[in-house]
Amino acid sequence: MRGRKPLAAFAILGLIFAASPSAAQEQVFRINNMVEPESLDPGVVTGVPEHRILSNLFEGLTTTDPKDLSPRPGMAASWSVSKDGLVYTFKLRNARWTDGKPVTAHDFVYAWERVLNPKSGAKYAQQLFYLKNGEDYNRGRITDFSQVGVKALDDQTLRATLRCPTAYFLDLTSFYTLYPIPRWAIEAHGKDWVKPGKIVTNGPFRLASWVPQKELILEKSPQHWDAARVKLQKVVFMPTEDVNTAYKQFLAGESDWVPQVPPAQIDAARSRPEFYVTPYLGTYYFRFNVTKPPTNDVRVRKALSLAVDRESLTKFVTKAGEIPTSTFVPAGMRGYEGVRGLGFDVAAARKLLAEAGYPEGKGFPRLELLYNTNELHRVVTQAVQQMWKDHLGIQVDLVNVEWKVYLSRQSGMDYQLSRAGWIGDYVDPNTFLDMWVTGGGNNQTGWSNKRYDDLITRAACKIVNVKDRMRALQEAEQILVAEEAPIMPLFTYVNKGMLSRRVKGWSPNILDQHPLKYVNLER
Amino acid sequence: MLGYILRRLAGFLPVLFVIVSLSFFMMRLAPGGPFDQERALPEQVRANIEARYHLDEPLWRQYLRYLGEVAQGDLGPSFRYPDRSVNELLGLGFPVSLTLGLCALTVALALGGTAGILAGLRRNSVLDYLTMSVALGGVSVPNFVLGPILMLVFALGLHWLPVAGWGTWRHLILPSVTLGTFYAAYVARLTRAGMLEVIGQDFIRTARAKGLREATVVLRHALPGAILPVITYLGPASAAILTGSVVVETIFSIPGIGRYFVGGALNRDYTMVLGTVVFFSVLLLFFNLIVDILYAYLDPRVQVR
Amino acid sequence: MRRGQATSGAAPLQGTHDIPHSAFRNPQSRRSGASPWQDAFRRLRRNGPAMLGLGILTAFVLAAVLAPWIAPYPFDRTNLRYGARPPSPTHLLGTDELGRDLFTRILYGARISFAVGILATLVSLTIGVAYGSIAGSAGGRADHLMMRVVDILYGLPFMFFVIILMVIFGRNILNLFVALGAVQWLTMARIVRGQVLSLKAREFVLSALAIGVSPARLLVRHVLPNALGPIVVYATLTVPAVMLEEAFLSFLGLGVQPPMASWGSLASEGSAAMESYPWLILFPGLALTVTLLALNFLGDGLRDALDPQMTAAR
Repeated sequence: MRGRKPLAAFAILGLIFAASPSAAQEQVFRINNMVEPESLDPGVVTGVPEHRILSNLFEGLTTTDPKDLSPRPGMAASWSVSKDGLVYTFKLRNARWTDGKPVTAHDFVYAWERVLNPKSGAKYAQQLFYLKNGEDYNRGRITDFSQVGVKALDDQTLRATLRCPTAYFLDLTSFYTLYPIPRWAIEAHGKDWVKPGKIVTNGPFRLASWVPQKELILEKSPQHWDAARVKLQKVVFMPTEDVNTAYKQFLAGESDWVPQVPPAQIDAARSRPEFYVTPYLGTYYFRFNVTKPPTNDVRVRKALSLAVDRESLTKFVTKAGEIPTSTFVPAGMRGYEGVRGLGFDVAAARKLLAEAGYPEGKGFPRLELLYNTNELHRVVTQAVQQMWKDHLGIQVDLVNVEWKVYLSRQSGMDYQLSRAGWIGDYVDPNTFLDMWVTGGGNNQTGWSNKRYDDLITRAACKIVNVKDRMRALQEAEQILVAEEAPIMPLFTYVNKGMLSRRVKGWSPNILDQHPLKYVNLER
Repeated sequence: MLGYILRRLAGFLPVLFVIVSLSFFMMRLAPGGPFDQERALPEQVRANIEARYHLDEPLWRQYLRYLGEVAQGDLGPSFRYPDRSVNELLGLGFPVSLTLGLCALTVALALGGTAGILAGLRRNSVLDYLTMSVALGGVSVPNFVLGPILMLVFALGLHWLPVAGWGTWRHLILPSVTLGTFYAAYVARLTRAGMLEVIGQDFIRTARAKGLREATVVLRHALPGAILPVITYLGPASAAILTGSVVVETIFSIPGIGRYFVGGALNRDYTMVLGTVVFFSVLLLFFNLIVDILYAYLDPRVQVR
Repeated sequence: MRRGQATSGAAPLQGTHDIPHSAFRNPQSRRSGASPWQDAFRRLRRNGPAMLGLGILTAFVLAAVLAPWIAPYPFDRTNLRYGARPPSPTHLLGTDELGRDLFTRILYGARISFAVGILATLVSLTIGVAYGSIAGSAGGRADHLMMRVVDILYGLPFMFFVIILMVIFGRNILNLFVALGAVQWLTMARIVRGQVLSLKAREFVLSALAIGVSPARLLVRHVLPNALGPIVVYATLTVPAVMLEEAFLSFLGLGVQPPMASWGSLASEGSAAMESYPWLILFPGLALTVTLLALNFLGDGLRDALDPQMTAAR
């Protein structure tokens, strides 16, 4: 892939001059956040760009370790877990909101009630369905919140009672949906409470200014309990949507971090010292609609999956170091060994296709592959289309629709094949596997398997032993990717971006989360 | 004159009604809804949200509700940005789009006007052919190609200007040029044609015969007549510049209205799309009215009915 | 977007308050003996840029039509190991990121771009001519009302409606034709109406009416052919406007479906890869620009040829 030299003089000029970043102010970290945050209300937001802002503006019971993402004390100075893994008791530290009021256990109860309250229509309410009766309250089956598994024993003590033992509950408590919220600010200002001058927060940074679509600026919060650790004075979030522009802004020294690189620039970016690439907790895959012929035939599904050369796909098409995979759960989960899926095997694929009644692809009906408008999907689907043509002799048509059409066709099962991606919420195989149970909201393939459902249910609540639980999940994944194949995984996503070399204390990790209180800038 | 203006203003109302109704139902025809997302929402959560925004009501009732709100000047809450109302976002974006539009228009008039006058005066000269070829070239380059080229040269290459963003006059230059070039080319052709028509007329010959300086003849006598077609074009041009800024705003990351429209349409942020369409329509209706009045003022032959 | 581009190249014709002069209204041109069309053609032939434009267009359209025979590779044939290579003897214009031959892609892109340009223009022509001639022949209050509607529609952000249409009906190429054509007919309607109005007062029309020719037949057989000049000119100028609008939609991700490509979508993909693979923007961009230039030259030439009065005034 080397030796592809840009031709035009201006391109070379651009790269030479871009090496010298303009002198930025001291300890001002400029981040290209790629999109305007939809809100700053922790109970409302659902996205990653919002997480980059809110995780520094607020702080939950726990925070995440910048390197391995394990839970660290946050608003809770310490905690204890009951033997059966159901009751968590958090002891809060003496922390203050930006307006000087103390952070109390009641602020958490208020926030969690607000998310679960059906009237608030919070999109991420399911993050609190782990609480006892949380789901029932959200569905309106019970109206008395005192029956829900959260209680402020006193100002400093919070008790959470879970529905099932949840190994990753302490990871969830660092997530924005579970942040405390200042009741008095909301009651005083209504939905305007998130605006500069009105918002009250408890994180290491506070909101300095926010002009939609222009910039959002955080500044160090002197009230924060861990303020001594915080080195950055200011953080600027820029909502540049066009990834090509964002990349150019980085090259021109207008930003210190851009968390994406345009696919067409990967080759050029890779040769620069600022480029970074790390595995991401996400899988790129295709869904099969198992309710319609020919993909209702497991042999056809397996043949299609076996005929894709994932190595070539990641090496020549995606090019950023994506990891080819035939399994759905990304590698590297603590205690999870993983399974073997359907690798690249043209002979086996042809044999299966012939058994299904289409020798050499003869008589194979036209298939449609649905995908949404995106540079990466555009090239990946075209490359896979060609592989199927070459290896199986079948023609698959590409159907490109815009995002919302894609979503509605997928959830309405109005497709044959569709490209998809899944990013884990927490570091546990369950976040990749429980979605495939019968009738699961994110299943959307029509696939249903009794044994699979049983294994997932047992792993979720019934098995307490960690090893046994992982074994059950492994068995389930074996069914999913090797035996039944309602999906075909292609590769594990990577985080790829550009980070100024002045930035220190920033550790690459599998969720691409970088708590800014550990970050500083070298002069 | 006043009566004419009032009549025109009254005529806006049925037009706006049609626009609002058309866009309302068209938007609802589009597949997918504002709360479809990659992770499917649990059914109950979804129902809760829809109830909150009255999306669970029958369509006709939503329509009446919306009409009532718009009549009071309330464009509703944004579905995508739940903390903010459409009015608030448009209020923030409009000055930005307006600034950009005015600058682009200035670029277009200054560049295009000068080129057109020169070409018109030296008809069929090398200068004429050269300017007009450049002008035609300008019409033929899509702005999503021009923008990145300008960024590469002036921001990344020469470091004279910032790549993107908003706030200082330096941020304004590249987007204004990107947006204005297309119209500059167009203004040049119009001015040239206007010059050609005027320059041959008797009063210009008289002025020259009187021995007036050429510059005086051109600027004082020929120009006012020559720019009439340009004035006519201003109405459509301002409309085009405002809507055309969609691409430029995206490329240069400018916090204007165009981005809200495209983002709204793609995200099914119904109120946002409707709000931008209504807002733009009102704006364009006013622009055209102003242009008509201006035209009547400059050209005594036209009588305002 | 709509108005600027619709009027792009067409404004001298389109001025809100004056309808273009046409050779066919001009008694002098009739007296010269030859038919106005022969006259016009002779003038056009003397116009260098216009003939150059015509030549280029003919070559491009031929290439587009013959694409399956001249293209050196299948247009969707990927070769992953040979992705994004600069121009070479095997791939004259280089390859794209999936190793497809760019020359082939541009040839096939020409088919889509020309198809969009021509068909959308035909759609706009049909609507505009029908609307304009009805308004013109009806006259009176009906005419006034119909033209008021056009004035009002002029004031609408039409590109917005195109975007909404594409969102509703999906990225089907047929929808592209209709959506783009449907927003281009206003100027055409005005021109046709103006022509009809001026022709209505002419002797041959009056006498035809007197001997009992039905108005509809008169319109189709006599009035429209006489109004053809300005219509043709405007149509040549609508084609480039539509092609640019298609490019704009492609940039927003609402253009044609891959693996098909238009020049607009090739240019918009190429502009994303500008620094690394400049040939991907250079060649499609060049094809688009040269074509638009040629169309504009031809349109201007046609206008001059069909409108000797304006030329004389200069």
